[in-house]
Amino acid sequence: MTSQPLILGIETSCDETGVGLVRGTTMLANAVASSVDEHARFGGVVPEVASRAHLEAMTPTLHRALDEAGVGLEDVDAIAVTAGPGLAGALMVGVSAAKALAIAVDKPLYGVNHLVGHVAAEQLENGALTEPVVALLVSGGHTELLEVSDVASAAKLLGGTIDDAAGEAFDKIARLIGLPYPGGPHIQKAAADGDPSSIRFPRGLTSERDMTRHRYDFSFSGLKTAVARWVETAERDGVPVPVADVAAAFQESVADVLTRKAVLACQERDIGTMVLAGGVAANARVRDLARERCAEAGIELRQPRLSLCTDNGAMIAALGAAVVEQNLEPSAPDFATDSSLPVTQVLV
Amino acid sequence: MLLLALDTSTPAVTVALHDGERAVAHSTHADARRHTELLAPAISDVLAEAGVDRREITGVAVGIGPGPFTGLRVGVTAARTLGTALDVPVVGVCSLDIIAREVTMREAPHGSPFLVVTDARRREVYWSAYDSAGVRTRGPEVGPASGIPDALPAAGAGARTYRDAFPGLLEPEFPSAVFLAAAVVDGAVDTCEPRPLYLRRPDAAPPAARKPVLTPVHPSR
Ligand SMILES: [Zn+2]
Repeated sequence: MTSQPLILGIETSCDETGVGLVRGTTMLANAVASSVDEHARFGGVVPEVASRAHLEAMTPTLHRALDEAGVGLEDVDAIAVTAGPGLAGALMVGVSAAKALAIAVDKPLYGVNHLVGHVAAEQLENGALTEPVVALLVSGGHTELLEVSDVASAAKLLGGTIDDAAGEAFDKIARLIGLPYPGGPHIQKAAADGDPSSIRFPRGLTSERDMTRHRYDFSFSGLKTAVARWVETAERDGVPVPVADVAAAFQESVADVLTRKAVLACQERDIGTMVLAGGVAANARVRDLARERCAEAGIELRQPRLSLCTDNGAMIAALGAAVVEQNLEPSAPDFATDSSLPVTQVLV
Repeated sequence: MLLLALDTSTPAVTVALHDGERAVAHSTHADARRHTELLAPAISDVLAEAGVDRREITGVAVGIGPGPFTGLRVGVTAARTLGTALDVPVVGVCSLDIIAREVTMREAPHGSPFLVVTDARRREVYWSAYDSAGVRTRGPEVGPASGIPDALPAAGAGARTYRDAFPGLLEPEFPSAVFLAAAVVDGAVDTCEPRPLYLRRPDAAPPAARKPVLTPVHPSR
């Protein structure tokens, strides 16, 4: 048996510079450089800061990935890169590097969809997916519910956030209750000592009316306002803010809505597998509630390890491997980045 | 030798190959905002036009700006990646110096001091001043065209946008990779690490204090 092609994947859609190497569904390397610390004092990702960091990190991360896999560039059979969606300036650094690399090694280049890459990453953890699957992607940059009937070629958007991404909501609430950036891990830590049922915060877009218009959509702005109102009321009344309880109750609201709608999508579309990915999928409460509800509903829950959940190059290489396996045409040499690339376009 | 030269610091995407004697192929497209699309095909085109294999490249030279960041990074990233992948050295050259080199080559040997002024957007320009021999005497700096202290003839697109600020206009409007390559081969410009000259800090501010959502309570009631 001849070995499967070696795919190099490049990811720069947000604040992580990722280079990964994959053969089939086997991961050989996953090197990531993050600029998260540089964004901390701004309370969110600053696109220009991220773009500058990508440029500086690109070639060192490439070297790191090759060393980790113990291969040379001459061994690479094809290159995949995130063409979108993401921050325009950040995407351009990765695509520019990938195009130059494709010329230097004279190998085909595939511009692929970041969101579908998150789903493909799961194949590196637990082997080939049996499609169709429903994927819940939650991070600082996105909050989407997808239906994927073929990871290399057929995905559609069931719903998404109509305001903040889930990760952004974590960041904003963290600031509100005096916890550092990024909010996700700090809220989780604080919530561990809190009582999630002590305060009942609203569940966005779950009313009967919203469930007709926004069945699979999410909204976190109402929740954010409710938390702010609760905290300010406590402050006004001179009551110490129970940070742990607020964090736990907020986290419960987010986890509840995310998993409730994702399970509903599986049930209504008669799909037996759910993939959970993105940085917020690392949140223990989101994970536990998803596991619990999937088990109750008889749905298989698949989730890669944290380093494959957050943005990385291996996920892009994994999607590239799926695309190459189907003998799809490489992207045209003059393909553009698309900061709002629709999920239906797996390959540009 | 085979030097690949490129610059994306202005609306022009310019690429050239130089064999040590002359530029054997070049390509220039002026199309702001399409740098990512245009650069890689342009590199492939000049290699094909010169009939050489990419493995014959012995070095890369890249314009490091100053210039609008997003386009500028496309060229610098490509140059660094090619250098890494082909295992050849990469040098950076101030993009204003590339324009200046063309000015002195065109005007020589009876030139006079001049400026190079490119568009920095936000009603500002990037600029440098040069003596009659084309040696940079000030800059690069960023600011309004009206703030440039010397009233000298100026090359570059920025001089065209704010032409009232200059006593005369010089060619060229954009940097050319042909002159970049020749200048590097001839040792006629300073080279440095291929790191962008941003001159401006990223637009970002720490978050402002949050706006209260409760109706303000009046202290005296
Ligand atoms: Zn992502």
